[in-house]
Amino acid sequence: MSFMPVMLWSDALVFLIIAVLLASAFVIRRRAHLLLPWRRVANSRMAMVSLLILSLFVLVGWLDTLHFRAALPAQNSLGKVYSTEVLSVFDVLVTPLRTHTEKTYSAPFALTLFAKESFTDAEGQVRRDYPRLQFGGAHLSDEAQRGRDVLQRASLGGLAGLLIGILACVAWAYLPRRSGQSLAQRCPIYALVSVLLTTTLLGAVCNLATVYHVLGTDKVGIDVLYLSLKSIRTGLIIGTVTTLVTLPLALFLGVAAGYFRGWVDDVIQYVYTVLSSIPSVLLIAAAVLMMQVTIDTHPHWFATSASRADLRLVFLCLILGMTSWTGLCRLLRGETLKLREMEYIQAAQAFGVSDLRILSRHIIPNVMHIILIAVVMDFSGLVLAEAVLSYVGVGVDPSMISFGTMINGARQEMGREPMVWWSLAAAFWFMLVLVLAANLFADAVRDAFDPRMNRT
Amino acid sequence: MIAYLIRRILYAIPILIGVNLLTFALFFVVNTPDDMARMQLGVKRVTADAIDKWKQQRGYDQPLMFNASAAGTDTITHTIFWQKSASMFVLEFGYSDDGRSIGNEIVQRMTSSLAIALPTFLIGLFAYVSFALLMTLFRGTTLDMAGVALCVFLMSVSGLFYIIGGQFLVSKLWHLVPISGYANGWESCKFIVLPIVIGVVSGIGSSSRWYRTIFLEEMSKDYVRTARAKGLSELRVLFTHVLKNAMIPILTGVVVVIPLLFMGSLLTESFFGIPGLGSYTIDAINAQDFSVVRAMVFLGSLLYIVGLILTDISYTLVDPRVRLS
Repeated sequence: MSFMPVMLWSDALVFLIIAVLLASAFVIRRRAHLLLPWRRVANSRMAMVSLLILSLFVLVGWLDTLHFRAALPAQNSLGKVYSTEVLSVFDVLVTPLRTHTEKTYSAPFALTLFAKESFTDAEGQVRRDYPRLQFGGAHLSDEAQRGRDVLQRASLGGLAGLLIGILACVAWAYLPRRSGQSLAQRCPIYALVSVLLTTTLLGAVCNLATVYHVLGTDKVGIDVLYLSLKSIRTGLIIGTVTTLVTLPLALFLGVAAGYFRGWVDDVIQYVYTVLSSIPSVLLIAAAVLMMQVTIDTHPHWFATSASRADLRLVFLCLILGMTSWTGLCRLLRGETLKLREMEYIQAAQAFGVSDLRILSRHIIPNVMHIILIAVVMDFSGLVLAEAVLSYVGVGVDPSMISFGTMINGARQEMGREPMVWWSLAAAFWFMLVLVLAANLFADAVRDAFDPRMNRT
Repeated sequence: MIAYLIRRILYAIPILIGVNLLTFALFFVVNTPDDMARMQLGVKRVTADAIDKWKQQRGYDQPLMFNASAAGTDTITHTIFWQKSASMFVLEFGYSDDGRSIGNEIVQRMTSSLAIALPTFLIGLFAYVSFALLMTLFRGTTLDMAGVALCVFLMSVSGLFYIIGGQFLVSKLWHLVPISGYANGWESCKFIVLPIVIGVVSGIGSSSRWYRTIFLEEMSKDYVRTARAKGLSELRVLFTHVLKNAMIPILTGVVVVIPLLFMGSLLTESFFGIPGLGSYTIDAINAQDFSVVRAMVFLGSLLYIVGLILTDISYTLVDPRVRLS
């Protein structure tokens, strides 16, 4: 084999989440009463457009999760040797973006570097000028051709994207559909428009990105578009893996406190009051500092630098989860206190049903909507928190590409004249689109699941 | 009332003990002082002598919780737990790595933190409630929809960008105020205007939307219908009836942060170079000064608990039905 699959800790957790999601989708599909609120979500235009955008982000993040180490060319009798660089399937797909590194900063669509350099020309004269980029627009002979070329490539790529979009829509329309569903219900106009717009934009950007640095390059010459796309995985992992820690803690402790009351309730309440009385940034900072000491004093634990950065990411999720379960736990405790006084629970108790069975059959299914709403509402907050924590210095490993590290790197260039604005702008737009889509989707989910919403 | 307060304060003690034990475990048990010394002195090529010296300078050369080699009460008092952790109960925070008294630093830096945080809080509260009331007044109209859309947009922007964008526009492009810095007395005005404005703007999205939800929930209650049936104008209903009744959920979220204002905002202070407690904490985190971080964690939880008690007291002020007993 010319590569060795690598399963980092965070990858394993992502697969676990995917498995859980698939399993719950399977269960929900077969139960009409569980499917009903999701139908309401599907009927919301805002939710479906957000979902389209979110699924693009998730696709990038997922491709970026399939890691491997490529084999190095065989040199001697050592046998197969694998590179210490951990790559992902996504890296391979965007090889031109990843390998087209320049020397330092260059503006979006620029043909030259951002800073002047001295070099000697044919007559031995020393000149100072902006050197041409190695890759960005290397096929052009001078700046005058650029506008035309960009337009041409953008429209060609956009057209190709549009065609692919149309094909996909036609295929979707002719897939077997539920009985009684008309074509217009299956493919509403707004969905067609948003799908076609997205594929056109993607086509144009893909075609341009092979020969230009669409979003410029950063301090060490890495394409900013590549950095932004790689940041997506970090953001998504922070937003989702944290839930894996939060959920079990909040669910079991909250429900147990509400159901058993007495000393169990006292102990659990004490624990979450203590945890929630520490300002969360400080608690996270303290825990991350301590984790850093452990990682630094045990360098032999890690085979590659990627696995070290990855473990730090997983720990960060763990710490974020440990500090953020208290709110949900309190909600669940309150709801369980209310539920346990219901007649059907008392009936079950009178029939001698065991506590465990009452909890799993009657209580937990009835608090599920609270959990779901809390999880989708928390997601965007966690993505934003990552950037802030990385800025404070207690976020992801500095070697890991994330929105926080991008902003941090770009901020140091704020004072430069003229300003290096493209890294900041790229991080801003990517984060805004991701968080906005997540917020809108979360709102739709809350509206569909919240029993207090009056529907007419 | 007095009896209730005393009970609440007594109830706060076990929580503070819990916080104290938790930070102690985090800072001294998860990693031993030896680990910390090795980390601070550089992981490789550290001699045992250097570690011992580092520990002795900082007073970490004692057993964690029980000193078997001492006699009498010294078995408990001559330990790291007693001298570094338990001492915080009497607000004895010890010394930072550069040898300054943490307690003095906190007292000195508190005012500049407050100078930013207090106006931000007050102006912000006023702005958010007014904006939410406006949206409630025009509920269901295009204006309300546009307001909600604006809120969702604003809350999707990272706080970092408000600060970076504000500094860029106001200070760099328009040259209205200095980018960062601080002065004592009234001269500090030009330095604190921008942080306050940015602080208020960055909170509009989530807060106004939250208050709007509270107001709308109150609007659907029976007393509002009664008030309208009596012929009161919509404005009067909103301001005298709904606003008063919405005070309880608003106070629940608001009063608890008042004591935490002393701690300042980590981001704002570090971006604007304001010598408050927030930037103190960030500097300590970056310098890996564990004793300062530990002191801040304890101080933060202490203030939070004070906030919880204040919240309860504030309920009695706005709602005569609430009696603390």
